[in-house]
Order: sequence, then C-alpha cells, then structure tokens
Amino acid sequence: MAEQVPLVNYLVLGEDPHLVAQECTSCGAKFFDRRNACASCSATEFKPFDVPTSGELKAFTIVSMAAPGVPVPFVAGIIDCDGTPVRGNVINTEPDPDHVTLGMKVKLATFVVGTDENGTEAVGFGFEPIDSTKAEASNG
Amino acid sequence: MADDVWILGIHMTKFGKHPDLDTVDLAAEAAMGALKDGGVTMKDMGVLAAGNLMAANAGIGQQLQKQIGQTGIPVFNVANACATGATALRTAIMAVKAGEADYGLAVGVEKLSGAGLLGGGGSPKKDGNVYEPKGRYGSVVPTDGRIGTDTMPGTFAQIGMEYGHKYGGTSFELFARISEKNHAHSTLNPLAAYSKRFTLEEIMGDIMIAYPNTRPMCSANCDGAAAAVVVSDAKLKTLDPDQRRRAVKVSASILTSDPWQDQCQILPDVNTLTKMAADQAYAQSGVSPEDLDLVELHDCFATAELVHYDNLRLCAEGEAVPFFESGATWRDGATPVNVSGGLESKGHPIAATGIANIWEVCHHLRGEAGDRQIEGAKVGLAHVIGLGSACGVHILEKAATN
Repeated sequence: MAEQVPLVNYLVLGEDPHLVAQECTSCGAKFFDRRNACASCSATEFKPFDVPTSGELKAFTIVSMAAPGVPVPFVAGIIDCDGTPVRGNVINTEPDPDHVTLGMKVKLATFVVGTDENGTEAVGFGFEPIDSTKAEASNG
Repeated sequence: MADDVWILGIHMTKFGKHPDLDTVDLAAEAAMGALKDGGVTMKDMGVLAAGNLMAANAGIGQQLQKQIGQTGIPVFNVANACATGATALRTAIMAVKAGEADYGLAVGVEKLSGAGLLGGGGSPKKDGNVYEPKGRYGSVVPTDGRIGTDTMPGTFAQIGMEYGHKYGGTSFELFARISEKNHAHSTLNPLAAYSKRFTLEEIMGDIMIAYPNTRPMCSANCDGAAAAVVVSDAKLKTLDPDQRRRAVKVSASILTSDPWQDQCQILPDVNTLTKMAADQAYAQSGVSPEDLDLVELHDCFATAELVHYDNLRLCAEGEAVPFFESGATWRDGATPVNVSGGLESKGHPIAATGIANIWEVCHHLRGEAGDRQIEGAKVGLAHVIGLGSACGVHILEKAATN
C-alpha cells in the first residue's frame, strides 16, 4: 500500500480518521491552526481535542466558478460537528440543491486527493450524507 | 455639539470602465470634485486619508498630492479590505474631531474592471511534484476547493444560507429578488456602472457563480473613485451661508473589527461586528432605525444584503425575509435600501465604495439626487464591510439650518 500523508495537519488518518483541534484549556475555544494566545479569552494553554466526525450542514454553497485548476462544481459547507464548526466540502452526492440541503446530517469521509512523484498519496476529507437506511442496517 | 464634524464637499466619479484613466487620475477627479463642491482647495486641507486596496503599498495619498497639490500635510494611506473608503473617511473625521485639523480630505479609488473572481479566485492552483506540508495548516496541496471555498461569492453565499438555516424563509428566488430590486434602482442612477433593469427570470437564469448567487447577484467589478471633505463645527460656522446650508452632519462615525465568535475561523463572521457598529452608531447619533429615510448597505452579494437588514436593526431579529417581502426596502418602501443600485449594479470599485455610499446619502439629504431623490430625506445610514473583517457605519443628517 502506498504511503499516505494527510492533506492538512489537523486531519488524523488511520482506522478512525478524524480532525484534531487545539482547545483552549481556559475557555474551550477551538482552533485548527497555532495561536500564541486564545482569540477568545487570551489564555495561553491549549490541548488537543478530537472533533466529532458527524454533524449537521448549517450553510453551504455550490461553487461553479473557481480559480483555474479547481474542479467545479463542488459543494463547500459549514458543518456543526456536535458543537464544533468545521469547514469542508460535501462529497459523495450530486452537487445540486436537490441533493444538498440545509440541516442535512453528514459524516466525515476521506478520499485520495492525488499521488506525488514518489508515489505518496495525499488524503483529504469531506462530509458525506448519512444514509439513514444504511445506518439502520448497521445498527441492526 | 461643539465637536460635530460635517461633510462639506463630496464627489464620486462615474463608476464603470475607465480604460484611459489610471488610479491617480480617478482619485484626482474625485478629490478636485469634492474640494470644488465644498468651496475649498488643497491649501485648506490639514490632513489627507486615502485608500487604494489593490495597490495598497503604492502610497496613493502622496501620488494624489503630486497630482493636485503637495502641501506637506500628514497623509494616512489606509487599507481595510472593502471597508477601505470608510476607513479613510473615519481617519479624516478622527483628525478633525481630535482638533488636529479644521479640514480633512478622504479619498478612495480602485481600478477593478475585468478583475474577475476575488478571494481565492485569482491565481491558478497547481499541486507540487512532491508533497510537503506547507503553511499554517501543514497542507500538502492547495486547499481551496478541497476544503471549502476561498472565493468571495462562495463565502457570502454561505453567509446568506446560514441565515436561512437559522431563521427559515430563504430561497434562490428570494435572494434573486433582492438583486432584482437593486438593478431596478440603478436605472435612475446615471453614475452607476450598470443601469439595465433585469427581470427575475433573467437574474435566476444567468451564469451561476456560487449557488445561490448568479452573476447579476454579485457585486460588479469596475473602476471608480470618491472623495469627501470634512470640516469642524467651529470652522463651518465661519463659512458662507450656502456652504453651511449644503453641509451634511456626521451624526455617527463608527469602525469595528470582528470579535471572537466560535465559527469565525471557519466562515468569516460579518454579523457581529456589523451589529456592534450599528448599535454604537445609533447610540452616538440618537437616531433610531425607524428614523432612517434611506440606507446604503454593503450588498457585495444578494445573499449579504439580506443578513444586513437584520444586522443594521432595520427589522427585528430573524425577520429579514418578511421585512424584504413587505416591500420595505424598495425605493417607495418604508426603509429604502440601496437606491443607488448598490454594489450589484452601481458597482464596487473596492476602496471607493465606502465614500461613494456617503455621497449617495448626502445627495438625498441635500435634495440634489434628481430623478431618484427620496423626497424629504433628513437622515440616512451608510454601511460597508471588509472581509477579515472591518465594518464602517456612518449616520448622516441634513443641516438643521436648512
């Protein structure tokens, strides 16, 4: 199997792929990049926080015009992962308003973005609709 | 109040394509127009604040001085995204209010015709040959389009959709109807970049940029400049009756930045800082939203105009959709919004916008707005927001002596 690297450093790969935020130990604000002090409360201690992998789509757009080299159309969205807002694309569904709706339940999914000249794969993430019938089946 | 500041003179160029004029030419046209309108010259000015966002390091203030008068006064070159013009005006007002100058000149100019997509849309995206983590997020390839969107139309589309999710009632058609209003308004504005009326069907059927914003629902990139001369209350009292009659009172001049909100690192929060600016402006001026005869707000996209009805307290919280559907924001409604045509139709030469909207309000308060005059206008509000974020809100009132 090819070596894999995450698209961004806050994506953890492996058997249970998930996102990791830096949580302010004082007020609980979460950040996906480094901060010298908390933007919310100015405290300076942070600890890793595993972001829940499922959530609700609270805003989206279907981008039809983007920079050269960015494939369109795609769905960009804001997902509320059980209280942590996350930016990501909605994937594994048709990019149209019939298939993507505000409030829909989604879960994190990973996919290979590309392979570099050393054969290393970059793995990205997005959020796919939770298929209620499938979920019931697996629960049963 | 003794420390009131007034708009003495103001001018905007025609917005649109100006292939034969550079930024200095456009800024000079606006500045000379504002000085003439106020009955003063560069020799009177005690401070100059100027902005040109796309060439923010070029020193447009000093370039302008060389074009119209090098008098040695302090120059503040400012950059605050789409709030750059309002920031220049705010800077000149602060200098006058502080007693450091009797007169100040604020100028905003932009050459933006044919600029295309702004935000992440500018440069081509290409993956490297070998994956190496780079930047703040340790990304191995460009993330725009793979983890959300960096484009302005997409960002503001989500801002409108988020409002719809929270309060309900929005649809593609609703947002398109906001754009229909602004394009209808611009037919009365000879300085607008576009003054063609569109039907709802034309707007919805146009090229989709970022759902639900089609092309006519996006701000129009164009060239333009605007400038304003501000004066202290004490100095104004020494001027001619006609200058005093046409002076417009700056009842509130507010600039805010975005405070921390849980989601602000994920999607820029344009709401909280606008609400803060609006609340501070109403408190400073003693004006309430119901008093406003017209509002020029930052409709960089149709999806943005909706949320700002709420943010500027023009309606009760969560009521922006019924407020729009009541017809309130059309030019014959209770609170006319963007009678100039707004950014979608008048155009959005970035740094000029935050002074051009002041020009529009002043024009109505002076009773000089011609065919699109809002009859009897006495008080108006101008709002801009620059992503990142900065928000400028000014409340303007007709001179009491009139």
